[in-house]
Amino acid sequence: MKEMINFLILPLLIPFLTGILLIFFAKNVVIQRWIAAISALFNVVIAFLLVQKVRNDGIQTLDVSSWQAPFGITLVSDMLSALLVLTTTIIAFTSIIYSFRSIGVEREKYFYYPALNFLIVGVIGAFTTGDIFNLFVFFEVLLMASYVLLVLGGTKIQLRETIKYILVNVISSALFVIAVAYLYSVVGTLNMAHISVRLDDLGQSGIITVIAVLFLIVFGLKGGIFPLYFWLPGSYYAPPAPVMALFGALLTKVGVYAIMRTYTLFFIHDTGYTHQLLMILTIITIVVGVIGAIAFSDIKKIIIYNIIVAIGVILFGVSVMTPDSLAGSVFYLIHDMVIKAALFLLIGIMIAITGTSDLRKISGLIRRYPGLGWTFFIAALVLAGIPPFSGFVGKVLIVKGGFESEQFLGAGIVLASSLLVLFSIMKIFINGFWGTPQDYKGETNVPVRKLLIAPVILVTISVLYGAGSEIIFPYISQAAETLANPSVYIEAVLKEW
Amino acid sequence: MKTNDLILQTTTKVVLFIIILFSFHIFFAGHYTPGGGFVGGLLTSGAIILLMLAFDMKTVSQILPVNYIYMAATGLLFAGGTAAGALFFNVPLLTHAFGHVDLPILGDTALHTATIFDLGVFLVVVGVTMTIIQTIGEDE
Repeated sequence: MKEMINFLILPLLIPFLTGILLIFFAKNVVIQRWIAAISALFNVVIAFLLVQKVRNDGIQTLDVSSWQAPFGITLVSDMLSALLVLTTTIIAFTSIIYSFRSIGVEREKYFYYPALNFLIVGVIGAFTTGDIFNLFVFFEVLLMASYVLLVLGGTKIQLRETIKYILVNVISSALFVIAVAYLYSVVGTLNMAHISVRLDDLGQSGIITVIAVLFLIVFGLKGGIFPLYFWLPGSYYAPPAPVMALFGALLTKVGVYAIMRTYTLFFIHDTGYTHQLLMILTIITIVVGVIGAIAFSDIKKIIIYNIIVAIGVILFGVSVMTPDSLAGSVFYLIHDMVIKAALFLLIGIMIAITGTSDLRKISGLIRRYPGLGWTFFIAALVLAGIPPFSGFVGKVLIVKGGFESEQFLGAGIVLASSLLVLFSIMKIFINGFWGTPQDYKGETNVPVRKLLIAPVILVTISVLYGAGSEIIFPYISQAAETLANPSVYIEAVLKEW
Repeated sequence: MKTNDLILQTTTKVVLFIIILFSFHIFFAGHYTPGGGFVGGLLTSGAIILLMLAFDMKTVSQILPVNYIYMAATGLLFAGGTAAGALFFNVPLLTHAFGHVDLPILGDTALHTATIFDLGVFLVVVGVTMTIIQTIGEDE
């Protein structure tokens, strides 16, 4: 059989067509669930095959509608993008099966699954595209879908937070277009590989540094780095658990990915300024995140602030820019996506049982729900990066990179943050699961076992991810290699250049 | 109080068809000249909105018993299907095919798969615009 040249588009096309199909079955919830789950599972398999293909054959590119790069839009699947696509499909699948028992028929009838699928289209598209304006388009796709998911249900807090969320994102989208326009006026191209070549020819001038900072603001606003994270704790607090898992695991990480891409492919000529700035911001991000995670006694808030910590850690690795730290960042990024999704789904169950997210009103859950308790315990260890779990490997590499390039303060803060993250998450375990068991109103209606399936899958994956890091590491280092050495990416996209 | 909108209603009955025909014209003109599915779709929705203004939403939904959400989804299916069709021929996504075909009556006609894509855009635009207008209109 002839080689299928469109393969890398499949993980994007499948949720797109599924989303459309599901609109027609809006009122038939059972059919919707089946279609959504089967298509999501199928997509996991496809994404896995894509990772293998990139591993064997190198970077995959596709010149959409047969316009040659750099004139048309090119989609590029390098190892980083393929791995993130795979992670995204896994999180999509688990969120979907978790939704069956938790989201409620009312939401399911009002286009919950189509919106979820379109969100995945946007996220995977953003990871896959090799065109900076197309990246903007996919950002818009995922934002539109996220508006729907955030407001769906129409509770008071959701409406309030959605307005803020839309406002923040409309402004940041406007800034995004402005930044792209500036960049285009300087380099005259939108193809990311081509931009890199042109910037190389131009050398770093003042205007390019300005554009670099502008991009940092845009993506930092999406990703939630200091001081642009202000909207995040409020907005992510509002929606129900599976949506929270999708947002926490995927949306901020798209911003992180975009910073990773642009700061390794475009703006590598004046790292003394741009990457130094990024480093300072990430260190403050970690500190602020940790303070939030420790200070709050609301379980949702604790996990949300842990997202901010992780973003700081990942981007610290990017700002150091050594091969080790980049590999660490990639490893930690994937680890964090999986485990954050798992944690959000787990606290979703806790909230469903107790009817509150206030830690002071929860205690003794482990007596009645040992499965939930121990899954949470393992997830907590994984998150904090206790060896041999997966958080450990990533952090070691990031810290190693930090020490190698003599960024002792930053690396030290990354190390210290792990301890405090462990403290913040153990606080939930000790207060929520230990102590005297209580009776909660309506807890008997919660199908805890069925809800546990999705988080158990995710926790298992992240345990295997840590235990099998020997096997996985070649993939990670292949991803980091492309980041550290942009010419690989450029050659794959532009071929004869 | 009942307003007398006889003039508006009579005019609408005539103008409606002119607008819709013009929107089709714009839609097909988009193949080589300015126009296309987006503008055409907006014009068609303009015509339906005029109908709603002249009569009322209940009457219009009797005349045009269309679920506009499904309409938008059908449009997406057309556009997505045209894009994905390229997969069957193993050419990059969205690559389109075109050629000249000798049709009866019309004679030598240039046919282009982009038109199907554009029809999808047309349906999405009409579907989405009407959904928005209806939602706002229903909200008393």
